[in-house]
Amino acid sequence: MMNADLIKEVDRIVDLYGGRITGSIGMLQDIQSRYSYLPREALIHVAERLDVPLSQVFSLATFYKAFSLRPRGKHLIVVCMGTACHVRGATRLVDEIGRKLDIKPGETTEDNLFTLEAVNCLGACALGPLMVIDGEYYGNMAPKKVESVLGKYSES
Amino acid sequence: MNRLQTPSELENLRKSLEAGRDSSRTCITVCMGTGCSASGAAEVTKSFREEIERQGLGEQIGIRTTGCHGFCERGPLVVVHPEGIFYQKVSREDVAEIVSRTAVQGEILDRLLYTDPASGKKIIREKEVPFYRKQTRLLFGNNGRINPTSIEDYIALGGYSSLGRALFKMKPREVIDEIKKSGLRGRGGGGFPTGRKWDSCRKAEGELKYVICNADEGDPGAFQDRSLLEGNPHSVIEGMIIGGYAVGAEEGYVYVRDEYPLAVKHIEIAIRQAAEYGLLGDNILGSGYSLAIKVNRGGGAFVCGESSALMASIEGRLGEPRFKHAHATEKGLWDRPTTLNNVKTWATVGIIISMGAREYAKIGTEKSKGTMIFSLVGKINNTGLVEVPMGITLRELIFDIGGGIPDGKRFKAVQTGGPSGGCIPDTMLDLPVDYDSLKEAGSMMGSGSFIIMDEDTCMVDVAKYFLSFTIEESCGKCTPCREGAGHMLRILDTITRGEAEEKDLELLEEIGKMMKVTSLCALGKDAPNPILSTLRYFRDEYTAHITQKRCPAGVCRALIEYSIDGDACTGCGACVQACPESAISGKAKEPHVIDGKKCIKCGLCLDACAFDAVKVS
Repeated sequence: MMNADLIKEVDRIVDLYGGRITGSIGMLQDIQSRYSYLPREALIHVAERLDVPLSQVFSLATFYKAFSLRPRGKHLIVVCMGTACHVRGATRLVDEIGRKLDIKPGETTEDNLFTLEAVNCLGACALGPLMVIDGEYYGNMAPKKVESVLGKYSES
Repeated sequence: MNRLQTPSELENLRKSLEAGRDSSRTCITVCMGTGCSASGAAEVTKSFREEIERQGLGEQIGIRTTGCHGFCERGPLVVVHPEGIFYQKVSREDVAEIVSRTAVQGEILDRLLYTDPASGKKIIREKEVPFYRKQTRLLFGNNGRINPTSIEDYIALGGYSSLGRALFKMKPREVIDEIKKSGLRGRGGGGFPTGRKWDSCRKAEGELKYVICNADEGDPGAFQDRSLLEGNPHSVIEGMIIGGYAVGAEEGYVYVRDEYPLAVKHIEIAIRQAAEYGLLGDNILGSGYSLAIKVNRGGGAFVCGESSALMASIEGRLGEPRFKHAHATEKGLWDRPTTLNNVKTWATVGIIISMGAREYAKIGTEKSKGTMIFSLVGKINNTGLVEVPMGITLRELIFDIGGGIPDGKRFKAVQTGGPSGGCIPDTMLDLPVDYDSLKEAGSMMGSGSFIIMDEDTCMVDVAKYFLSFTIEESCGKCTPCREGAGHMLRILDTITRGEAEEKDLELLEEIGKMMKVTSLCALGKDAPNPILSTLRYFRDEYTAHITQKRCPAGVCRALIEYSIDGDACTGCGACVQACPESAISGKAKEPHVIDGKKCIKCGLCLDACAFDAVKVS
């Protein structure tokens, strides 16, 4: 990725929010959805544009859980750990995915294919235990279904 | 599209839209809430469109996608109007038959009907299903009748007429009086009287004032705000405009979780449509009153559901709660007077103006008026969202509407109010559900999430789950919450490992009480509730972990062992395949055994066994 392209893109996003600190969380969200994480240069540039210390932008980027400072894998697996999913066995589900991919929640596989995230509640409790891969919902998940679901993404 | 200049233009538009909605015409509605969508509703809708096209029935049969009906367990849900024939768990394969047999010939397809598990009877109409029969769907009623991305649908059913009435027939003072008279209390969980909040914001000094809709619904197990925003976003906006008029606000914000992409999309569409019709923006309906509403997406921080943290987040700062030396109604967003209400509270406003405070106040109990939307989740047959009058008993909610516990298991407890709430045992099933009785029982209304637990749920594990949640979400600003919760979790951890002493229970209570008094915001103050309430009602279970080193529900891994019942085992080898640690061995067609030293107690063998031979002790 050309650095100039990134700066241009960040400029566009910052302008979208009027270039004011009020819109900073929205800006970071847009940058993340564009690059799947918050690149270092992007944070530096946001701080310059907003005329605030980099530490302030960095604190936002680390306080809010939606943000990642590391690149994510090609496929994002989100496992719901909400109460309804918990009492229906979400812990065993996330354990099994972690075992199959040899990563813990928050980590990315070595081949950069999968990132595993455990989140609090996706609000689709009727489907628990629930996992979502790249926006596709897999409801009523059992640990034994993990292998075949992941298989669909491993090939591509 | 013309901007509406007067309330009578709105009424004329409504009349013409209503006339266009021929109620005798056959129309198929498909629920496209998140639950049904995840079960394949989009494919079903697509198939319906194709099938209607293929059979050349476009003129005779309409199709409409709607918001969440609440009965997520049985999705995708399809209703064939005008008869109101209710089909559940519909798949693409059923579509052709529904079109040609039900929509065209009026024939009912038995296999798609809901069967009442109590009577074994098939039920044809949605409102006759027991899940719906005991509900009072004031807020939710239109979810199944309108396309949430169509303002015309909302207006056709009388939408925005409450706004017209408030702006032209009532003074701001009168709107506030009406809300006060209705007895409406904040639906976000705190239960503060809404009218009083508005009143103090109205009286506060300041040129610029704000209204905020709190849609940062973070309680695990709650999804009612999401359903309303997704299914009927205009009802929320209408309430915000009426509230803004009453308190004198010029700007409004909807702060919504980014984890709810469909809700974000629908509220943004709704705001745009309302502005195009002149129902939002400058000089609303020609009244001279102006309000602009913006959408802010959250950043995945639970604490931002707390009002002062939420406002900090809108300002572009860290979502840390502030010490409230002044109320937000006086010094809120950017230190200006601000009225912040929950999604459900805002959506109720239009209903109160339209039906009148007196009628509204007839619903509910003496101190908790109106209806509340609850989510029923966990170990319950009818998972979903239900709207009922305040004061309904837990028993009615869980057994009559929720259909009881699956697999013939015994009901053990219901956890209400999310991570800030508590667990209520089976001896209190006849408790009426309202703000005050739940508080007395050591829990709270919160966002209205009801998590049902059966005999297989370990209450110590549940307490630990909620506390881990709070620790992860605690912003770390104040010491009681940051350190107190951490220490409580360490104690709970030793209990679940069978390494605790009885005096630790007293220490848990002591820390919990300290946190309740000294924490800065409600997150810390209420964090001990799940522990204190389970200690109050399920102390025996804690004691069993400590003195007998036993987890009665068979959940806590350090205290359980897996074994294979030699009589039941057929030696099929399914468990050997499933075991990630190669801890199971045995010859084919002979009983297998588990090596306790290798077993990591993951439970995969239990899932894999088709003969119920894997036992937990």
